[in-house]
Amino acid sequence: MSRTNKESGDRVVRVASGQGFWGDWLEAPRRQVEGGDVDYLMLDYLAEVTMSILQKQKERDPNLGYARDFVGAIESVLPAVAKRGVRVVANAGGVNPPACAAAIRDVARKHGVSDAVRVGVVTGDDLLPRLDELIATGHELANMDTGEPLSTVRDRVLSANAYIGSVPIVEALSKGANVVITGRSTDTALTMAPLRHEFGWAADDWDRLAAGIIAGHIIECGAQCSGGNCLYDWKNVPDLANVGYPIVEGHVDGSFVISKHPGTGGRISVQSVTEQLVYEMGDPRSYITPDVIADFTSIHLEPAGEDRVRVFGIKGRPATDKLKVSIAYRAGFKAVGTLVYSWPEALDKAHVADRVLRERLANLGLTFEHVLTEFVGASATHGPLVADPDDPPEVQLRIGVRGSNKASIERFTREIAPLVLNGPPSVTGFAGGRPKVEEIVAYWPALIDKKVVQTRVEVLS
Amino acid sequence: MNVRLADIAHARSGDKGDTANVGVIALRPEWYPVLEQYLTRERVAEHFHDVITGDVERYELPNLKALNFLLHGALDGGGTLSLKTDAQGKVYSTALLRLVLEVPDAEAASLHMPGAPSTPAFRRSLRE
Repeated sequence: MSRTNKESGDRVVRVASGQGFWGDWLEAPRRQVEGGDVDYLMLDYLAEVTMSILQKQKERDPNLGYARDFVGAIESVLPAVAKRGVRVVANAGGVNPPACAAAIRDVARKHGVSDAVRVGVVTGDDLLPRLDELIATGHELANMDTGEPLSTVRDRVLSANAYIGSVPIVEALSKGANVVITGRSTDTALTMAPLRHEFGWAADDWDRLAAGIIAGHIIECGAQCSGGNCLYDWKNVPDLANVGYPIVEGHVDGSFVISKHPGTGGRISVQSVTEQLVYEMGDPRSYITPDVIADFTSIHLEPAGEDRVRVFGIKGRPATDKLKVSIAYRAGFKAVGTLVYSWPEALDKAHVADRVLRERLANLGLTFEHVLTEFVGASATHGPLVADPDDPPEVQLRIGVRGSNKASIERFTREIAPLVLNGPPSVTGFAGGRPKVEEIVAYWPALIDKKVVQTRVEVLS
Repeated sequence: MNVRLADIAHARSGDKGDTANVGVIALRPEWYPVLEQYLTRERVAEHFHDVITGDVERYELPNLKALNFLLHGALDGGGTLSLKTDAQGKVYSTALLRLVLEVPDAEAASLHMPGAPSTPAFRRSLRE
């Protein structure tokens, strides 16, 4: 249902972003397919540690391990998928894409549209079952930040997934899937793959593949490019309550326009798009993906009408022979406790409470790998860059501890409440109860040879 | 003339492990060369001296009128290890915008740059 501009013969493919992370606005997917014409709906569910949370769920129940919000999202867009030909691409499969696919097929059956929903499932990114074999055959999976080999934490690994690119998604679309579910595909591939499929970009068409990746980067965080979390002129960003999520209007030459549906809130401008472009950026000349290396210093932006920005001129280079691997491992425990101190001398009271608490922890003989105190309302976010506020109405004391000894962390959580009665005065804000002890699941980024990761595509009908 | 970065640029920050990145974007295209010249790697490292434990890297994006800074050792271990409120470095953006640049009077005037306000926080940053 892509449109062709009769005068220029230029076909436009519209890829809409409906979810920037697991937990994003539940209304967004439906608003994206109902607010105007779109060809594809892209939903990004996975952050760095999401896979490990999903792995824990799968261990408890083999039918889980995927982003369950996706089932509700599909239900909310089912008429558009079944009747209007909108196709969905999502990395909602987590560590269990087949179970996610089964849940989607159940929803389609429930609504009597099984025949119209063809689910494509991409697997092969999950390296956990192969981890020992990989290490034994010389794949060190060294930590990209520290250089340590994975063997140092091997017995604590919870999940290991290779970031996969656009190829298997394109294959699923070519085989007729209209709902494509992947595991740990890159966020950007979810947008690039539909463009590549529609325009038939070759595997070595580096500039256009890079353009598709940058289109994906701009919309992968949902409204963060269309007025959400936008510092530029933030007071005048209109109607955030009805913020419009972004849409890529892609062209065969790799250029594209970022837009949103008419009548929605938020704002798309060169500034809002630029803020998103620099988000989580490393070396701008080398944005490395499984498909291509994109060069952010080649991007050109220009206004193209109200809430429209044209993006063009993008250059790419050949991809590397490695894939990044996202590994999660158990790394001890932590807890964070808070108390609120009120005027007068709120900050002084919070400081005294911190000292009292630390002295008690020491007297109990408790040791931690790390203790961090912050004074929210004074210095928590900008630290020593800011002068102490002049007698503020309140300050929140926030103390966190981290360590491998769970019992010590548990004991810490019992030491916060007593301060309400046996510490400095004018204290409140303890209604939430004792802090909870959390197991830390830490992230271990590594690289692996591309050739050892084989993806598989299955279209269920 | 003292020029506060918040008055001539906007910014967004994010995380990658224990590194925060801050993209700083000139509010007007003609102000970008001032950022490129005066907002040096060294100046930013000095600004965050008591805040981060690692080095600072700088990358230029003249096409976007932006600079990208990587602040290493900024997130108390980063990700889920971090005990910080801002574990993902979301507001390092505005922390950098507190920085005050010294721009030669003639240059600042010809570019119509706003002078820095005299707030207590600002006076403190002058003493740094």
